[in-house]
Amino acid sequence: MNTEVNFAGIKMKNPVTVASGTFGFGREYSELFDLNQLGAIITKGVSYEPKIGNKSPRVCETPAGMINAIGLENLGVDHFIEYDLPFLHKFDTAIIVNAFGGPGGTVEDYVKVCEVLNKLDIDAVELNLSCPNVCTGCMAFGTTYDGVKQVTSACRKVLTSKPLIVKLTPNVTDITIPAKAAEEAGADAISLINTFSAMVIDVETRRPILGNNTGGLSGPAIRPIAVRMVYQAAQSVNIPILGLGGIMTGNDAIEFMLAGATAISIGSGNFYSPDTSINVLNGIKEYLTKHNIEDINSIIGTVKMN
Amino acid sequence: MSINLKVKLVTKQQLKPDIFKFGIKAEKMVDMAKPGQFLEIRVTDNIVPFLRRPISIYNVDKQNGIIEFIFQVKGEGTKILSNKNIGEEIEVLGPLGNGTFKVIENKRVAILGGGIGVFPLYELAKNLKNKSEVNIYLGFRNKDAVVLEQEFQALANKLTITTDDGSYSIQGFAINELKKDIEKEKIDYIYACGPLQMLKAIRDLSIQKNIPCQISLEERMACGVGVCLGCAVKKTEIVEGEFQYAHVCKDGPVFDAKYVNI
Repeated sequence: MNTEVNFAGIKMKNPVTVASGTFGFGREYSELFDLNQLGAIITKGVSYEPKIGNKSPRVCETPAGMINAIGLENLGVDHFIEYDLPFLHKFDTAIIVNAFGGPGGTVEDYVKVCEVLNKLDIDAVELNLSCPNVCTGCMAFGTTYDGVKQVTSACRKVLTSKPLIVKLTPNVTDITIPAKAAEEAGADAISLINTFSAMVIDVETRRPILGNNTGGLSGPAIRPIAVRMVYQAAQSVNIPILGLGGIMTGNDAIEFMLAGATAISIGSGNFYSPDTSINVLNGIKEYLTKHNIEDINSIIGTVKMN
Repeated sequence: MSINLKVKLVTKQQLKPDIFKFGIKAEKMVDMAKPGQFLEIRVTDNIVPFLRRPISIYNVDKQNGIIEFIFQVKGEGTKILSNKNIGEEIEVLGPLGNGTFKVIENKRVAILGGGIGVFPLYELAKNLKNKSEVNIYLGFRNKDAVVLEQEFQALANKLTITTDDGSYSIQGFAINELKKDIEKEKIDYIYACGPLQMLKAIRDLSIQKNIPCQISLEERMACGVGVCLGCAVKKTEIVEGEFQYAHVCKDGPVFDAKYVNI
């Protein structure tokens, strides 16, 4: 059985990755399971300079999911290089660094961090154009054709030696528009979806629960929408897709791959159980065995529409 | 060090209509556990409720490989948990938290607890017994809310109980009794867990009296291990006019009172 996939030039031993912001830089979960089993680790979002993050509460449970407004808290790319990258290099798994233009959120900020990442021993860069929880940058770029094209083009120019993945927001009417913008601007792949902008109100205090008022909804609650968007994006672009949104089991992952994803990520499922990604991987293998599929690549995008 | 385990519920006791004490067989965890740590407990194999419930450790029984925790039924998740029966399996991640209670020796220490915040203080008091002089101050809403009096009595050199309405023991807040004793005799170290208002007051008092103080905090949490950065708490330190944050699950749940701005 072959589970190896080639995702935008990254050779991954299997299509299972962990989503940015749900896995830190691997250190904490490395105590709980063998990270070598993963196809790739996608890091917490990194910016050129440190970013402090939002006030509490930052997370809140919702039906079959959660909302978060962390605010892209991170210690900056220099800290990543010194402290996290050497740790990640201990493992036999691809390293995809999620990056955003922080803390200012300008195109120049995106370019600055990409210039640094271009020189590192990493497998790819995933650009966050989709975080709904910061005032400037990110989703402000990600919701329009011009915004996605502008940031992607600028980063593409400096990311000369690494595959570039653009992470898209679902907070749009037509997901094919930002998907095409990323492709036309030279992205090697797209990942989708990030979280849906959402709000939970405490009826006793009559205030939103999150300190930021709104946050991003994730978890199994959003999975069917994510599958639909991956399918639509796959119909509109030729670059490979990393699919995510509420994946908890092998069958969930297969759904995304049938819709057109070459690789998949586990996000908030990591909080449900630290080894959800391994359960997903085992579930994928069971599916392949059950259906006598020798190569996982043969199922990508093979959904038969009614 | 922590571990994610499927463990068996071996003891179950209903302490109050809404408060339960569970014992889980977790031999692999007992030697890792430190006073003040907590567990992330998955209450269901379904996806609702989605997140685990962070619950502090009440007692570590190393001899029998059992960890006990006490929780109040507050919502859907703790309701499901309370309905588990002896022999059922529960998935538990723990022990969690790098900020733990320091066991101070040969000193006169005070333990201050309020309401359901008293639970994590038991393992601390157990570790302090015979090492320091342990004065325990526990405050409850009323007589019906008083729990674990005998258990704490067995560990204390002096136990003071207060109720807000005076329906049992001394009327008033436990912190006021501690304050009176601080005026009379030297207290070298304070530990506290309870409602935010109580923690704010003990933080201020400890700074004012220059007594080292550790407080145990809670915050809405997702991962429990320090990857999601959800459970942020403001640090006292301000850098270039901006607040800095620590994280309850990883840097706490026990903090030096001076370190955090609550």
